[in-house]
Amino acid sequence: MLKKKIAGHLLVLVAIVFVGGLLSATLVRLAPGFDTDEQELDPHLSAESVQALHAARLQDHNILHFYFSYMNRVLHGDLGMSHALDQPVRTLLRDRAPTTMRLLAMGLGLAWIAALALSLSAAWLKNSAYDATSTLLSGTLLCLPAAVLALLSVLWNVPGALAIALIVFPRIYRYARNLLSKSYSLPHIITARAKGLGEGRILFWHVVPGIAPQLLAIAGVSVSMAVGAAIPIEALCGLAGVGQLAWQAALARDLPLLVNITILVTLVTLLANSGADVISFMVRGQES
Amino acid sequence: MNLWRKLACALLAIVLCASAAANWLAPEGYARQDREAISVPPSRAHWLGTDELGRDRFARVLYGTRISLLLAPAAALLSTLMAALIGGLAGYLGGVWARMAMAVTDLFLSLPWLFLLITTRALMPLNVSPLFSVIVTFLLLGLLGWTTAARILCATAASLRTADFVRQARAAGVRGQRLFWIHVMPNLKPVLYAQFWISIPVFILSEANLGILGLGVAEPMPSWGSLLKELEGLVSVGEEPWKFVPLALLVLVVMSFQFLLSNQEEVAA
Repeated sequence: MLKKKIAGHLLVLVAIVFVGGLLSATLVRLAPGFDTDEQELDPHLSAESVQALHAARLQDHNILHFYFSYMNRVLHGDLGMSHALDQPVRTLLRDRAPTTMRLLAMGLGLAWIAALALSLSAAWLKNSAYDATSTLLSGTLLCLPAAVLALLSVLWNVPGALAIALIVFPRIYRYARNLLSKSYSLPHIITARAKGLGEGRILFWHVVPGIAPQLLAIAGVSVSMAVGAAIPIEALCGLAGVGQLAWQAALARDLPLLVNITILVTLVTLLANSGADVISFMVRGQES
Repeated sequence: MNLWRKLACALLAIVLCASAAANWLAPEGYARQDREAISVPPSRAHWLGTDELGRDRFARVLYGTRISLLLAPAAALLSTLMAALIGGLAGYLGGVWARMAMAVTDLFLSLPWLFLLITTRALMPLNVSPLFSVIVTFLLLGLLGWTTAARILCATAASLRTADFVRQARAAGVRGQRLFWIHVMPNLKPVLYAQFWISIPVFILSEANLGILGLGVAEPMPSWGSLLKELEGLVSVGEEPWKFVPLALLVLVVMSFQFLLSNQEEVAA
């Protein structure tokens, strides 16, 4: 059953990456300015050289040809060249991925710790003032654009990971707080408390197993949120990661680079969601 | 309606009225330059000071608020209509249509929202006229923001398809378009309203993000995003606090929407 589930996820993953790639390639092909090249404006180039540049682009006119030749190159490890940065896309991604990974891991870790700590303490304390303060804090953070948080983190000299955490935290907190408060008001939890069970035992033996699948679902989604937040954070905090690369590619309309980053980001978010779904399935299987 | 909701309503009304009255409150317009007053602090002539091009910041905030507050609902309307058509029809038709629509929805949802926006915005020309940039920005928000709503509407329409009153209508001979528009669509209205209102603050924040990243509304036209871009040049928070007025306004407006929408989110879910 588990193998079937994993195989299903892998199939969906491959299909979405292929279709998503085709969609991106189509958009790139149809985007205004696809046929133009800044180099053609170079007065040092001869008419023959400009003609050669035109000819090099002619073969990309057919969308399917463009996509399949692109996929063929990808399968051979060649992700093409970035027009704007004049470097192989593969090198750019390899150099920048560790920064983004570190940023995402630290940001997500901080966000989850803060969200779980606050929502747990709110559920335990049952103090309306504390609950209102933490809700107001998360509500205010939800009203701030991610890019503003990035600018404020630069102003206050705060690490980018903290800015990612502040963007992801309120979404996790709202969900976790609702789950925990609902869970703590269930009859069997109230009975366990009345019988004198310790808070730790109630939490790990009765509450966590009940809410684990939902928390795992939001864990998958939180990766997607963090990846989205990485763009403004890296762009505005000057962190040389994939998010900054995506922003630079967008500003320079470096379409080959954008297509590759799109596919990479799709893969990462889908893997995170599929991973969360498979673990959630395993947890539910163990329970039943 | 509790006190917080009343306050939120009042605040939104004041901001809407002020932005609607921008022509009277700031008759000099958002683009007029005062070259004798470049980057001056607040004064009687310029309530929020001027920017580095000598343009009145108060006027720009008013006109920017008008653009953001007029076009975010327009984009929300577009995305809700698309969600109603795609999600509602897919749910109503069921089978292969529903699966296809949900596959497309999943494809869009698999990409982070901001990333999707930036990538698609990059595919459009960047050096466009200010008016065109406003249209492109909000059109993109509307065209890409339908997916979550479509998912919810598809599920709701699918549950309506097997509802008793739809079966009775079908048994009475009502078919096709008439069944969809007369019997199914009206019952999707509460979810549609909720999705429309929920989308507005999301689009306001998205426009702000795009604007700060330089991919939103083009100069000289103001919007909350382009006004917030000014914060990039600050060295410390206390240095020129009046530059934070657009941010404070944006947070207050989005917060007001959150207060007003707290029950709508339950309907949408």
